[in-house]
Amino acid sequence: MIAGTRHRLGDRLETGAAWLLAFLWLLPLIYAFWSAFHPSEYATRFSLFAPVTLDNFRIAWSYAPFARYFFNTFVLVSSILAAQFFLCTLAAFAFARFEFRGRDVAFALVLVQLMIMPEVLIVENYRTMSHLGLVDTILGIGLPYMASAFGIFLLRQTFKTIPKELEEAARVEGCSTLQVLWKVYVPLAKPTYVAYGLVSVSYHWNNFLWPLVITNSVTTRPLTVGLAIFGAPESGVNWSIITAGTLLAVAPLLVAFLLFQRQFVQSFMHAGIK
Amino acid sequence: MRLPQSTLNTIHGWLLLTPAAVLLVAFTHYPTVATLIQSVFSSGTALRPSVFVGLDNYQMMLDDPVFWKVVGNNLTYASFTIPFSIAIALLMALWVNGKLPLRGVVRMAYFTPTILPMIAVANIWLFFYSPDIGLLDQITRTFGFASTNWLGDADTVLGCIIVLAIWKDAGFFMIFYLAALQALPPDLEEAAKLEGAGRWYFFRKVTFPLLMPTTLFVMINAVINSFKLIDQLFILTKGGPDNASSLLLYYIYEVAFSFFDEAYAATLTVVLLAVLAIIAIGQFVILDKRIHYR
Repeated sequence: MIAGTRHRLGDRLETGAAWLLAFLWLLPLIYAFWSAFHPSEYATRFSLFAPVTLDNFRIAWSYAPFARYFFNTFVLVSSILAAQFFLCTLAAFAFARFEFRGRDVAFALVLVQLMIMPEVLIVENYRTMSHLGLVDTILGIGLPYMASAFGIFLLRQTFKTIPKELEEAARVEGCSTLQVLWKVYVPLAKPTYVAYGLVSVSYHWNNFLWPLVITNSVTTRPLTVGLAIFGAPESGVNWSIITAGTLLAVAPLLVAFLLFQRQFVQSFMHAGIK
Repeated sequence: MRLPQSTLNTIHGWLLLTPAAVLLVAFTHYPTVATLIQSVFSSGTALRPSVFVGLDNYQMMLDDPVFWKVVGNNLTYASFTIPFSIAIALLMALWVNGKLPLRGVVRMAYFTPTILPMIAVANIWLFFYSPDIGLLDQITRTFGFASTNWLGDADTVLGCIIVLAIWKDAGFFMIFYLAALQALPPDLEEAAKLEGAGRWYFFRKVTFPLLMPTTLFVMINAVINSFKLIDQLFILTKGGPDNASSLLLYYIYEVAFSFFDEAYAATLTVVLLAVLAIIAIGQFVILDKRIHYR
């Protein structure tokens, strides 16, 4: 009996601790919402009766070319994703289903990119981009990430689990190699594409260092770089407007996350467990 | 004439591989080699072409106090962020895997920082850390402490960066622990309960050892992150004051794009590549051992 109550008290303490940590983890976001929806004189003062306003969003939107930043990020993220799906599918298919000379060495060379990501090599990659005339272009931001070792690895693992009999049946029906890939392997790997897609989109939506290095004009800058300039202290913008701008920039990803929370979490799980 | 199947396979395989291989060579392998070569040449200008200088750049690096400062910072940063983010991640995973009221909300709260851009959240944290009006100072002042310039003081700035990094990463690592916990057979816990084993005992003797492979995987990710994730420095500190919060990759960025010293930036990059290579070799050895265990 006594052990039982003590147990329940312990459970309650634990629940409280878990909730407290959750609150602390959400605190920056809670603060951002508070500050963005209230006049700037309440940005650092918390009063229950502070008036609610949308002005900060209007001002933030007019202070920086957010529409352009959104467009750039959208083009960047979708072109990277399309190219990754295409390139990684072909390469993964080769690694999973073809016995060929040099395959193991080639695969090892692909895996090198898991450790040495393009952001480590900013200096040389910048030089390459300037030789190619791709500095300050959206293609220049995306190109180093398009052949993704992670994508190749993930799809190869999935393709390997697909039974060979399906492929043989398709061959009997007269399918060519590429038709087999398109009609048998790609449809069966759909969950992997979804998982990889979510991880890739959130990574490139959030990526900062390489886009910062390679862009220098409004027409190419993605949201993250635009936001960094917007929020810099020397831009003289006040807190409420900065938080409003920050919320504008994270809104699409945040809304998508709230709607598809389960898929997000599962895709990170799926993509992470090798 | 028909080619033998093995030759056909080789042709098909390489044709499929070529598009990805070209990009991988162009943006991973070539720049790695070019960095190594650049590090033994001087920085060239229009008037003075770059010349072979042997290990001069490396000598300069060893004599550079900022380099040592940055390496020290990065080691401190890694030695706090890695264990703390992993421990918090494990605690989070145990909580949201158990019978917790509002479990879905709590799990979402823990995971949210992962999907937000570091640049965006650094803007918000900047407010927390700002002197006088910042949330941290408002709290410490209610307890009667004087206001602190958290990001402007060389003693506190690295700690602030570390706290932000732990907050950002813990939820991400939680996901892997959660997946591992859900894969554990439930009858283990039932058996332990029948035997009368306490929860802490069960965790220490059963759960934690079984989670070891996940811990290793998470740890490798955490180590890589600690040398790669520097976005917050651009918003919060720019490496200052007096390089007290600068990390290796940020220093490389500064040397290359603010001081325009390509050769020295390449030399520093070689150090970073060496660190990553050591992690890769370590991973290989550890994973090798893990396969042995099974």
